[in-house]
Amino acid sequence: MQTAGSASNGQGNPLWLLAELTYRCPLQCLYCSNPIDYAKYQNELTTEEWMRVLQEGRAMGATQLGFSGGEPLVRKDLVELAREARRLGYYSNLITSGIGMDEPRIAALKKAGLDHIQLSFQANTPEVNDYIGGAKTFERKLAMARLIKHYDYPMVMNVVLHRQNIDQTEQILQMAEELEADYIELANTQYYGWAKVNRSQLLPTREQVERAEAIAHDYQERFKGRMKVYYVVPDYFEDRPKPCMAGWGSVFLNVAPDGSALPCHAAHQLPGLNFPNIRDASLHWIWHESPAFNAFRGEDWMKEPCRTCPERAKDFGGCRCQAYMLTGDAANADPVCSLSPQHDIVLKAIDEDQVVPAADQLPMFRSNKNSRQFVEAGVR
Amino acid sequence: MAEPEALKADDIISITRHFRMQWEEAQQAHVLLYPEGMVTLNGPAAEILTRCREAKSVTQVVEELQQAFPQDDIAADVREFLEDAYANGWICIERAG
Ligand code: SF4
Ligand code: SF4
Repeated sequence: MQTAGSASNGQGNPLWLLAELTYRCPLQCLYCSNPIDYAKYQNELTTEEWMRVLQEGRAMGATQLGFSGGEPLVRKDLVELAREARRLGYYSNLITSGIGMDEPRIAALKKAGLDHIQLSFQANTPEVNDYIGGAKTFERKLAMARLIKHYDYPMVMNVVLHRQNIDQTEQILQMAEELEADYIELANTQYYGWAKVNRSQLLPTREQVERAEAIAHDYQERFKGRMKVYYVVPDYFEDRPKPCMAGWGSVFLNVAPDGSALPCHAAHQLPGLNFPNIRDASLHWIWHESPAFNAFRGEDWMKEPCRTCPERAKDFGGCRCQAYMLTGDAANADPVCSLSPQHDIVLKAIDEDQVVPAADQLPMFRSNKNSRQFVEAGVR
Repeated sequence: MAEPEALKADDIISITRHFRMQWEEAQQAHVLLYPEGMVTLNGPAAEILTRCREAKSVTQVVEELQQAFPQDDIAADVREFLEDAYANGWICIERAG
């Protein structure tokens, strides 16, 4: 009987549908993982199109649904979509900065059957929070946290860690306790999108990472039975890569605001892949047949050292986007891996980027203006 | 630092709030859904957790199952599963009394 719950296996079908409803967002986080050229995705799916995505995803067996973005609360049809999600039998998650929420809205979402809200904070003080997010939001986030509790939602707090807030890990955990969070996710920055552009502002030192990790583990013990503390390791500082998306086209299906379907939200940048759009094809065809979803599925695409590595079934060679960003070839081993011949790229980044950036390396906030610059320059 | 204590026979248990158990046609199995995760339940696990949808004591859950499956002696297995389920946070307790 101990084998009662097997960790989820999609049996070839997507389990997780991530609906990136919009790239619009009132915040401008330095670490945002949205594409740097997001400004060119203007043509958002309509309510009816999203309904069809939800229906087709559910028919294929997806159970978890994430409403994300950008800021999903920007979409006026969010309550309608949440209602449809509930009707279809999804467990629905709203991944939000909290901005755009108010009491009538959360009441409507609750009534519609939204299951869970994940609220992000940028830090534990208004100064750092509002700086990193590029907008005055701290007080409103606190109010939102209380509303979430009041409406009997599990309080799931998320804080992205980086050099500028990681030394406050303990204070962040204490804030989570004060807000009676049920879960707190301390997620070290992953260097995609805007975070990659701002890496020299964000990458922590090895010492910072070690201290934060020790504190997180200490609080995991302290909060046991009351609050779950998730600590997402910074992969640059590991010897092995993360099993990114549990494998390409394995359980995650991401639909971007314009309807393009991706195996992960950062995949836009990969060259040579033509990501299919739900406006042109069924989700079923996209998942099972499209060349893009099959490009890195399984192991046939692997090169050495992954191809013959005994660990390849565990980490799938790491992250395709990271391999591409750092080595120029998406089929290489993720250079986070110490067995990768290009591992020194990561070690060098740790050495160089942890030196406080020179005065001329200014932070690049995630804003429409900055994004349009990337679009005009053809950078992605 | 309270390590969750072991389950007692008169503990009132139920599936953790905000968790949802449902039948999945695509998997031909019951699943337990919770924030950002899911477990697929095998037959016995689903039988047990179905009986934890409403709050009742550990003893009651065991008795109900024993009645449903009189041919086997399942009490020890059920208790063991409930311990695991509790440790995993799938069920929670209100201490009796
Ligand atoms: S990371 Fe910040 S800027 Fe990016 S979508 Fe989330 S809240 Fe908006
Ligand atoms: S060589 Fe490839 S498969 Fe082996 S551990 Fe490194 S990334 Fe994973």
